[in-house]
Amino acid sequence: MMLNNLTIKQAQAKLISGEISAVELTQACLDRIKAVDGQVKACLVVCKKEALFEAKKADEQRAKGETGELLGIPYIAKDNIMTKSVKTTAASKILENYIAPFDATIIKKLRKAGAVLLGKANLDEFAHGASTENSAFGTTHNPWDLERVPGGSSGGSAAAVASDMCLFALGTDTGGSIRCPASFCGVTGLKPTYGLASRFGLIAMTSSTDVPGPIAKTAEDAKIVMDAIAGVDKNDATTVDVQKNSSGGTINGKKIGIPKECFDKGLDNDVKKIVMQAVAEYEKQGCKIVEISLPHNKYGVGVYYIITPSEISSNLARFDGIRYGFSAKESEKLIDIYKKSRGKGFGSEAKRRIMLGTYVLSAGYFDAYYLKAQKVRTIIKKEFDQALTEVDCIITPTSSHTAFKIGEQSDDPLKMYLEDIYVTGASLSGLPAISIPAGLAKGLPVGMQIIGSRFCEDALYEMGFAFQNTTDYHKQRPELK
Amino acid sequence: MKFKKEEIQHIANLARLDLSDQELDTYGKQLSDILGYIEQLQEVDTEGVEPTAQVTGLENSWREDEARVWDDFERVNAINQAPEIEDEQIKVGRVL
Repeated sequence: MMLNNLTIKQAQAKLISGEISAVELTQACLDRIKAVDGQVKACLVVCKKEALFEAKKADEQRAKGETGELLGIPYIAKDNIMTKSVKTTAASKILENYIAPFDATIIKKLRKAGAVLLGKANLDEFAHGASTENSAFGTTHNPWDLERVPGGSSGGSAAAVASDMCLFALGTDTGGSIRCPASFCGVTGLKPTYGLASRFGLIAMTSSTDVPGPIAKTAEDAKIVMDAIAGVDKNDATTVDVQKNSSGGTINGKKIGIPKECFDKGLDNDVKKIVMQAVAEYEKQGCKIVEISLPHNKYGVGVYYIITPSEISSNLARFDGIRYGFSAKESEKLIDIYKKSRGKGFGSEAKRRIMLGTYVLSAGYFDAYYLKAQKVRTIIKKEFDQALTEVDCIITPTSSHTAFKIGEQSDDPLKMYLEDIYVTGASLSGLPAISIPAGLAKGLPVGMQIIGSRFCEDALYEMGFAFQNTTDYHKQRPELK
Repeated sequence: MKFKKEEIQHIANLARLDLSDQELDTYGKQLSDILGYIEQLQEVDTEGVEPTAQVTGLENSWREDEARVWDDFERVNAINQAPEIEDEQIKVGRVL
């Protein structure tokens, strides 16, 4: 048994029984990274020494009688999440040498729970993308087929979990960035409700939809991680104090909504078949399947690509070459320091989004673009809310197809934006959504997305447990030499 | 819509981005394509619809306006990220 292949739940049982130590578990992950990351390129930084130190500490804590579901469990964090004393680059040249002075709240929580940080995962620069090709430090490769993308923007995190370099990983999701790579890499990824976990210490992209969440091997593991990172934080005024209302464990009798628009044209036939088989599995387990309609969901991408670049142009204004990050300090005039630092420091997609956001927010265009988008956002949100009063959850494919080849569509930004067609709705509405492996199409993973009501993550876990208890798709792993 | 080069240059100035001629050209075309796609939002009737800026329903998240002492290690490390430092302060060029 390779220890790095274990789930959190399995590893925890072995740690409790004394069969393995956290140091052994961590070493197994580090060995795996060394063996396969030369091909996958999921990690930007591996902090071997610190990880072994943390693991030893976890073993000592356990020897003293301390317990915890994440005590001694090794993980990898997406590199737009700040980690004290370990580089945080957001996969951008502008932050190439940036070392965060403090931990993000969610990192602090995991540290307190005894989890072991192995390193930082690659992403599209500043999380702008759906393929990890926009990283300033090279593309991550999909472990199922190294010529293909792992999805994005949390592509490094998903590829690391899929190739068993860690027991779980952290990602961030703004408009699909956890769900898309989870789907392409055949792992479980949860985008929680907006406000469930703190964004403090996440490098901001779109403040109104950014959320951190787990990428894991099972829905059960995703729940363990999410429970550990959730909670109100005084450093993030948008976190919500949630009254948990657990729904009781059985999915028998649950109503599942199938939006007809999401199974229409544009959807790959194999993907459709696999997701419909998964839906049939739920029907077998006593769920009621109801066709629903979300006629405005198709405008989600248009709304998203106004709101997102707008917030990006504002959030990335802080990179000025003065306080931190790359600086064209040789320039004489202040304005030239700004322009040259940003012009040279940002990659092409970041610049494209800054330009788009600056344009749509500029004088005379605000009403036509930003305000209009926010109004359409209201309609999309209401449509989801209305549907979720009639059904318990909504199932769609996570993506309309499986992982595409590296370089295949990187010259066409609009085509790349359309990757997000099934995932932007939940983001714009602030709803939780989980992507679960539903099978393989021509050897590549297909993800099904389950969307639920705000702060009802428990219902999504239950749907995940029920499916993963009776199927083996989540156990399938790529073969890496 | 099509952009003239001066228009793209104007947006780049507003965004404080130094862009090459080729970048101006490329972004001009790509912005036209993307905005062309976004045009479809005009089909949606939003008469009387309120804009959505947030989804949590939270209102007025108050906190006391008080100074907090920042950990020395963190403070020094934050300042040390700057390209030029003098006496634990960030050094900047003339503004006026």
